[in-house]
Amino acid sequence: MTYYVAIDGKSYRLDLNQIDGAWSCRVDGSEVKVDAVLARPNVLSLRLGDKAFEVKCERVGSDIHIWVGSQRFAAEIRDPRSLRGRIRAADDEGPRKLTAPMPGKVVRLLLSQGSSVDAGAGVLVVEAMKMQNEVKSPKKGTVQKILVAEGAAVNAGDVLAIVE
Amino acid sequence: MFKKILIANRGEIAVRVVRACHEMRIAAVAVYSDVDRASLHVRKADEAYPIGSAPAAESYLNISKILDVAARSGAEAIHPGYGFLSENAKFATACADAGVKFIGPTAAAMEAMGSKTRARQAVEHFNVPVVPGTSSGLASLEQAEQVAAQIGYPVMLKAAAGGGGKGMRLVEGPAELKSALESARSEAERAFGDGEVYIEKAILNPRHIEIQIIADEHGNTIYLGERECSLQRRHQKVVEEAPSPIVDAEMRRRMGEVAVRVAQAAGYTNAGTVEFLVDENKNFYFLEMNTRLQVEHPVTELVTGLDLVHLQIHIANGEPLPFRQEDIQVRGHAIECRIYAEDPDNNYFPSPGKITLLLLPSGPGIRRDSGMYEGWTVPMEYDPLLAKLIGYGTDRDQTIGRLTRALNEYFVGGIKTNISLFRRILSNPDFRAAKIDTGFLDRLLKQKQRSSDSQADPQATEVAVIAAGMFSVLGSAAASAGERVLNGSPAQPVAVSKWKSAAQREALR
Repeated sequence: MTYYVAIDGKSYRLDLNQIDGAWSCRVDGSEVKVDAVLARPNVLSLRLGDKAFEVKCERVGSDIHIWVGSQRFAAEIRDPRSLRGRIRAADDEGPRKLTAPMPGKVVRLLLSQGSSVDAGAGVLVVEAMKMQNEVKSPKKGTVQKILVAEGAAVNAGDVLAIVE
Repeated sequence: MFKKILIANRGEIAVRVVRACHEMRIAAVAVYSDVDRASLHVRKADEAYPIGSAPAAESYLNISKILDVAARSGAEAIHPGYGFLSENAKFATACADAGVKFIGPTAAAMEAMGSKTRARQAVEHFNVPVVPGTSSGLASLEQAEQVAAQIGYPVMLKAAAGGGGKGMRLVEGPAELKSALESARSEAERAFGDGEVYIEKAILNPRHIEIQIIADEHGNTIYLGERECSLQRRHQKVVEEAPSPIVDAEMRRRMGEVAVRVAQAAGYTNAGTVEFLVDENKNFYFLEMNTRLQVEHPVTELVTGLDLVHLQIHIANGEPLPFRQEDIQVRGHAIECRIYAEDPDNNYFPSPGKITLLLLPSGPGIRRDSGMYEGWTVPMEYDPLLAKLIGYGTDRDQTIGRLTRALNEYFVGGIKTNISLFRRILSNPDFRAAKIDTGFLDRLLKQKQRSSDSQADPQATEVAVIAAGMFSVLGSAAASAGERVLNGSPAQPVAVSKWKSAAQREALR
């Protein structure tokens, strides 16, 4: 099976095939000798040649982080079957979602629906553990929609507002 | 001895006290707010009672609800932990009125040490060095100008009720005094409901060193050595160690004797901490007294071999201290890291949420006092302290080595923690050389972290690529599989056979 794995934004082609219970593995076409044991869910003991690594997989919302020792990598995995629709527009065009950075409570709306907003300006305030965090607009535009009310409890990754 | 103790707290400290109770064959009663039903202290206790909704004012700070649980459960004593009601004289009085023993000092002692100005007044005639300044609130700007001119700039304005850096202002010269005084006052008013502000000579980049004392109810007060707590961020301690690298036996004795005088001035009983500022010439000045068990008490336990919570309970039970000052010896070295649910990439903003994966360090010289477990959702309503990781060893170097190793074993997935910050601190050359003061951490955080700081393995990226693919192959199986060999020797049929073969191997030896 062929995967395209983006690690910290750089894309790699990974061919993983299981033959007679053993893995054959190619990274960008070159053969790598791999031996892996799943120590527990989300923890792999990996051998590359004779070097040993403990690798952890952390899923937060839709993000996947791979930890090699104490180094963290942001990973995006695409296999051919789910390639469609996975490519995100990274530019400033079109509506952009503002999401909650952590679970908490919406304590204040700084702007109302329809008002114009500058890039980096605060749109609303989310509070957790007695600390307040301004959720800022990623772009200049108009606040098209505010999807939460003051006092609402939100989870990390919840869409709070849309800036067009 | 008490048969049952109520713990009026949550998180790691509540678990710590439950453990002490069980070690002493005392039943432990937990209380919890609505969002803490699944918390570890409830799991570990013998009885647990709901006391209200998430806001602390309606649960952990609600004196009548807690005393009601004490009455219903038949608890004979209450341990307040730290924070919440631990330094609340009204609570101590209410406990006494209800016939429940408060495990801590008397309300009178708490009040004597309750504000920084009152504490300065209390120790005035006890030969205790204090930073030059006023021992009562400033009446006017004119008075502030006069005192500042007399003691010399820079000066520090401080809220009498203060803590955590609130209501505190550094004033470099006379021009800044007026606005600093006004803002310190209004901040103190907002934070503590008390706008009293006093003035002190500013000691720039001091060390923060504190002495642990313990006093029984028969007039014996003993000091248990010092803790160096200079590593602070926003006036909150982050790393603490014992002993302090700059305190020798002679200085420990002098500081200890002053601390004992402070405690005696207040008529203090039970465990307490006397805080000092230490300047670059090792002059020390009394700052304030904390009338509770401290977060960082484990480092003292490790280097003295004593259990402070056990001692607190014995003292509350009316027993005399079982040792004398000359029996106390400081041995080895201990360092504590406060593991917070904070995001290092977002200015250490709190990061509550569900812990999806938890890998725990262990091995020589490691103690972990924790309130978290895998699968638990860290509530957003309280302090973000999750756990304390404490390393100890023969000396400071070995302790740093053990702690660094343990930090590399420690993994908390699903939420952000400040574990990476401790790797940075522990590998910093100035920290290793013990060149630290209260400005150290702010300076460290201002430096851009060089990417070479994290022991970057050149192969790590390739490993991450392959692992990402494998986790993807395993898909949902990864969430349920126990152990699964993907390569190497073909997997044995699971279950029984493994036990059997292990037993056979054992038998053959």
